[in-house]
Amino acid sequence: MATTGARWNHVWVGTETGILKGVNLQRKQAANFTATGQPRREEAVSALCWGAGGETQILVGCVDRTVKHFSTEEGRFQGQRHCPGGEGTFRGLAQVDGTLITCVDSGILRVWRDNDKEISSDPLLELRVGPGVCRMRQNPAHPHVVATGGKENALKVWDLQGSEEPVFRAKNVRNDWLDLRVPIWDQDIQFLPESQKLVTCTGYHQVRVYDPASPQRRPVLEATYGEHPLTAMTLTPGSNSVIVGNTHGQLAEIDLRQGRLLGCLKGLAGSVRGLQCHPSKPLLASCGLDRMLRVHRIRNPRGLEHKVYLKSQLNCLLLSGRDNWEDEPMEPQEPQKPKNLSSEDAEADELWASLEAAAKRKLPDREQTPGAFQTRRRKKKRPGSTSP
Amino acid sequence: MEKTSGSRKKAQKRKVATEEPQETAIVKDGATESGAQPPKASVFPPGFSISEIKNKQRRHLMFTRWKQQQRKEKLAAKKKLKKEREALGDKAPPKPIPKTIDNQRVYDETTVDPTDEEVAYDEATDEFASYFNRQTSPKILITTSDRPHGRTVRLCEQLSTVIPNSHVYYRRGLALKKIIPQCISRDFTDLIVINEDRKTPNGLILSHLPNGPTAHFKMSSVRLRKELKRKGKDPTEHIPEIILNNFTTRLGHSIGRMFASLFPHDPQFIGRQVATFHNQRDYIFFRFHRYIFKSEKKVGIQELGPRFTLKLRSLQKGTFDSKYGEYEWVHKPREMDTSRRKFHL
Repeated sequence: MATTGARWNHVWVGTETGILKGVNLQRKQAANFTATGQPRREEAVSALCWGAGGETQILVGCVDRTVKHFSTEEGRFQGQRHCPGGEGTFRGLAQVDGTLITCVDSGILRVWRDNDKEISSDPLLELRVGPGVCRMRQNPAHPHVVATGGKENALKVWDLQGSEEPVFRAKNVRNDWLDLRVPIWDQDIQFLPESQKLVTCTGYHQVRVYDPASPQRRPVLEATYGEHPLTAMTLTPGSNSVIVGNTHGQLAEIDLRQGRLLGCLKGLAGSVRGLQCHPSKPLLASCGLDRMLRVHRIRNPRGLEHKVYLKSQLNCLLLSGRDNWEDEPMEPQEPQKPKNLSSEDAEADELWASLEAAAKRKLPDREQTPGAFQTRRRKKKRPGSTSP
Repeated sequence: MEKTSGSRKKAQKRKVATEEPQETAIVKDGATESGAQPPKASVFPPGFSISEIKNKQRRHLMFTRWKQQQRKEKLAAKKKLKKEREALGDKAPPKPIPKTIDNQRVYDETTVDPTDEEVAYDEATDEFASYFNRQTSPKILITTSDRPHGRTVRLCEQLSTVIPNSHVYYRRGLALKKIIPQCISRDFTDLIVINEDRKTPNGLILSHLPNGPTAHFKMSSVRLRKELKRKGKDPTEHIPEIILNNFTTRLGHSIGRMFASLFPHDPQFIGRQVATFHNQRDYIFFRFHRYIFKSEKKVGIQELGPRFTLKLRSLQKGTFDSKYGEYEWVHKPREMDTSRRKFHL
């Protein structure tokens, strides 16, 4: 696959065999990327998150507790670091201010300094969140705030710059009508934008909204869907609703204002492992154990847009949030050219661009970032666009 | 009324005796008027169909006559085609292949390509890898749902003769989630549970044991040994060969591997016994035969063991946990059965 086209991939999916797949829905192509060139089940991807610098870098968390850096510009893995401590696989991966936040299954949440060297330095901060963590999520508005939750591990919101105690600790709901304790199993957490609220979906098919700003620590709203554990959740753009997926492959949109079901999405046959909505377009990407990536349109009309068969079981995905879905028109080579020509073209273009750079005298910038990246950016000549 | 009845009938002898001579005269006039057209069309306005006749007897009559005419035309067309083919001899175009649902099957994108490395790696490292690498040999536990009736018990006994190294245990109302850790500690590799409803077996749960997938099937058309016609004697203790037919998609491959891992590796050809799992249109037919080669090309087979048909309902990752387990594939009739030409196995 042309590595120069890697940045135009719309969806990045991590699989159980350790392969990172980049899918371009416009060209209907999927590319495999592995760190070692061979798939390995010990490196099964369990967490994905965008790295520093917009959407140019991806942090890939594997079950053997290594975090690999993948560059979408170059289309290859750049480095990895081992993050020891605790047992189990990564349940959450986040990145803030040059530091890396990891949380493992046994409840050890660590903040690592994100230097490019491979030596595993000691963590900057370590928190014990409680065993059985299923998800750790970072607040996109306040990157130092994370929330964790899991099986018999109630929702806790932590401020990494604050104290060692959680900022908000959720309380379990009241005993049910048989006066039995309601079990806790938070499978996925999302922060609602423009407020302090959080939404969780549980393995007991409940969707709960918590409000740390209100005096009550119990959920403010609870809604149920289906009879099977909900495994993944995502917020829809604009409207106050979430889309949840369960182990039977049923996707449902639930309104958070009233707690009712707005509609369902059909198509999946296996357990939903990853869900993400585009921030502005009404598109939803879902992946699961049936080895298919599906992109649905959520509104007018609701239905399936793309379906891609990706031979391995899919664990997690990242949907590119960029607005222009088409490839850049000023790409140096057309997609139909054979691969050997494309690499030659790339070199030629780099040569020309470096000549341009010399003329424009932007020498200090060139030293910091790799030459190829810098030249591409200049060639685009688009005002104020975020990186692709 | 005379005219209408006459015009409806062609010049054929009918048992409506009285009006006939007059009718035939009228019909002939009609025929001469309109030339080669059938009398029906010449008298009635176009757009008339037989179904608009209100009188059932006459409608039936017209319909049978129309049917006979169609049959004649079809026969004539066939004969003509045959004559043309014979006339052309070798230059005749090849006969068109009849369309069947099987050869009109919608191409499934998950069909496994034998050269695909990713799928090969996936299969080489999945839960059945230890069986296919010859590290474990199968040991099966067969049980039923609680309080089984005679048919189910006999089916279990017969299945245990068909599958080597299998043990039948009576299910004394025990929970499967409690049986499974016990099985794992006693080195069982697979668990088969035959579900029974109204005194007949109707479901099969096949769970691969250490942490393997669990498949849930609907079972139908169960025939025990004594219900088979022309069956042979009881199967011997030899390890049978296995035939897995038509498991082409990725899901089909997983299920095929599940079935293959039930039987020990090296079949004893001396026993001349073979177990067949034939998949056609998402139904899996299980048969157990003994074969004998009468000559190099001719084989004689005797059906031995029980026979049944399975249809996959769900494939769950992990051992049996229908409530909290994650499903790899679930059959959803309203979404998946919309096309008659799309199959999943």
